Amino acid sequence: MSRIPNDTPPHRAGLLDRRWFLKSGLRWSAVAAAAPALALADDALPTTRSPGQPFSNYGQPSPQENRTIRWISANRAVTGNGVSWTPLHDLEGIITPSGLHFERHHNGVPQIDASQHRLAIHGLVKQPLGFSIEHLLRYPMQSRICFVECGGNSNSSWNAEPLQTRAGYLHGLASNSEWTGVPLKLLLDEAGVDPEAEWLVLEAADAIAMNVSLPLAKARHDCLLALYQNGERLRPENGYPLRLIVPGWEGVLNVKWLSRIELAREPVMSRNETGRYTELQPNGRARQFTFVMDVKSLITSPSPGQSLPERGLYPIKGLAWSGHGRIRKVEVSADGGKTWRSAELQGPVLPTSFTRFRIPWVWDGRPAVLQSRATDETGRVQPTRAALVAERGRAGYFHYHAIVSWQVDEDGELHHVYA
Amino acid sequence: MSTPDALRWRTHRAVFAAALACLLASSAWAASQPTAAVPRLGQPLSSGDLAKLPPSIFPDGRGLPIGRGTAREGAAIYDAQCAACHGPKGTGGSGGHLIGDGAITGPDPDPATNTYWPYATTLFDFNRRAMPMTAPGSLTADQTYAVTAYLLNLGGIIGADAELNERTLPQVRMPNRDGFDWIDVPGKRRR
Ligand code: HEC
Repeated sequence: MSRIPNDTPPHRAGLLDRRWFLKSGLRWSAVAAAAPALALADDALPTTRSPGQPFSNYGQPSPQENRTIRWISANRAVTGNGVSWTPLHDLEGIITPSGLHFERHHNGVPQIDASQHRLAIHGLVKQPLGFSIEHLLRYPMQSRICFVECGGNSNSSWNAEPLQTRAGYLHGLASNSEWTGVPLKLLLDEAGVDPEAEWLVLEAADAIAMNVSLPLAKARHDCLLALYQNGERLRPENGYPLRLIVPGWEGVLNVKWLSRIELAREPVMSRNETGRYTELQPNGRARQFTFVMDVKSLITSPSPGQSLPERGLYPIKGLAWSGHGRIRKVEVSADGGKTWRSAELQGPVLPTSFTRFRIPWVWDGRPAVLQSRATDETGRVQPTRAALVAERGRAGYFHYHAIVSWQVDEDGELHHVYA
Repeated sequence: MSTPDALRWRTHRAVFAAALACLLASSAWAASQPTAAVPRLGQPLSSGDLAKLPPSIFPDGRGLPIGRGTAREGAAIYDAQCAACHGPKGTGGSGGHLIGDGAITGPDPDPATNTYWPYATTLFDFNRRAMPMTAPGSLTADQTYAVTAYLLNLGGIIGADAELNERTLPQVRMPNRDGFDWIDVPGKRRR
């Protein structure tokens, strides 16, 4: 009780003005001071009385944080086929640690000798060219912070009943990194693209030789041949030594272990752009080449698996992103969408990047439904689940991006609901 | 690394001049594209190099290897190399079902290779590059034609003795060939 400020400003279902934390700093510390103090140890801290651990060549997370892990969901017969999910519910800020970036592999992670790896560019070009990694490292590079999201992210939310698991295991086939590499345009220009060419056929050096088609216009616009992720060379599971980054477009196009680019007039119609990564609609027609990942958001905390120990003030925080550009606005509701209040967007707000949002909320101890609704700079608004299902049916599997709802029970437990 | 230094320097200067022209034309472009410093280190690929790359297989049959096979021949290959994961006659297992007999409309559709996939070339290509998962790329061209024929036959699309080869495969018309609408390819939406 002592944690509920009694001079709470006007609110909507307990949601406070997003600047309230800042404006009320003084009053809030007065309230906090009234809470029972945590006792400090009587003796000197043990860590101050004996030498610590030696240096390490490569730092690891604290062993106490060993539950912050990717959740693996793999095929029972082919252990390298499946996905692992980013634990979005355990993370803060906008950068996903490289070791927690989601994975989608079809037949395992290839162990590639970078010194032997080649990228071939051929097909409708003036001069077919091969590039070694050593050579690519001498090209001008750019860095870009952006998300990669699997087209199949959030697919369990098409189910008739809401799946009960952690937020990251529902929506964590999306991760956000700083990628550094060579603009693809430079190499296309070097090979000299034939005016007839309209598509690139990308191919990987993994154990399904994964291939997929990408429109040339996008390739020239902003695609990056990434060699680095979050400052260090790519991890094997993220495409070492070379992957493509296709900002804002579905994950399958961001080909890992990239070994080949063939310029062509038409798409190759591979399995991963026909039988899969297409969305069957109730009328029997399928959406194909749905490249752009639509505007989306979710509350990462509080979220299912966490609980609110008592009534009082809690920070609501979450992530929003859009393949169409920057996030313009995120609104949060604590009453299942009846009333909304704008959250604070934490800068930098970058195009096709995770954007962190925050808003303070006072829980009054009664059941509540928490939701977030993102709007991007093109004016696209995240739809309700009912609207999305009415438009697309429930069998499309890919490109689920509706508003996510967390129910807070009277006992402070959180559950996934459709609201 | 076979480009002689002198040649590389000349190319470099040419690129620099071109980039400078563009820089004058559009400073915004120049700011985002550090083209002036592109080293042009790509090594020309000979036709011999290119022949080493397995060709991409397009719906019109471009890239298909020479070979042949029938469903009758493919059945044995399927039973030995595929059934463990996809079940007898493609009915399902750890690798999912390959053949469906349900509709692809309505709230509970059953998309599978025979009912949903638009091109038979795709089936050949995926079998060739990715299957069996335990030894991807191990099927010969003839084996791939045969096992593809077997799946198409199970799906009721071709007869048990119909021969698939580099000419007949692209002529196989899949039932759902025209079932796809292109969404994010401007000016190219098709029905
Ligand atoms: C060890 C298990 C295994 C074996 C053996 C195997 N497959 Fe597969 N197959 C899979 C898995 C797993 C997938 C799903 C791949 C994915 O999700 O990327 C798959 C996918 C496929 C697909 C695509 C299905 C779809 O709906 O997208 C086809 C076609 C296929 N397999 C054919 C074959 C053929 C033909 C053989 C025998 C030559 C074979 N498979 C052997 C495990 C196997």
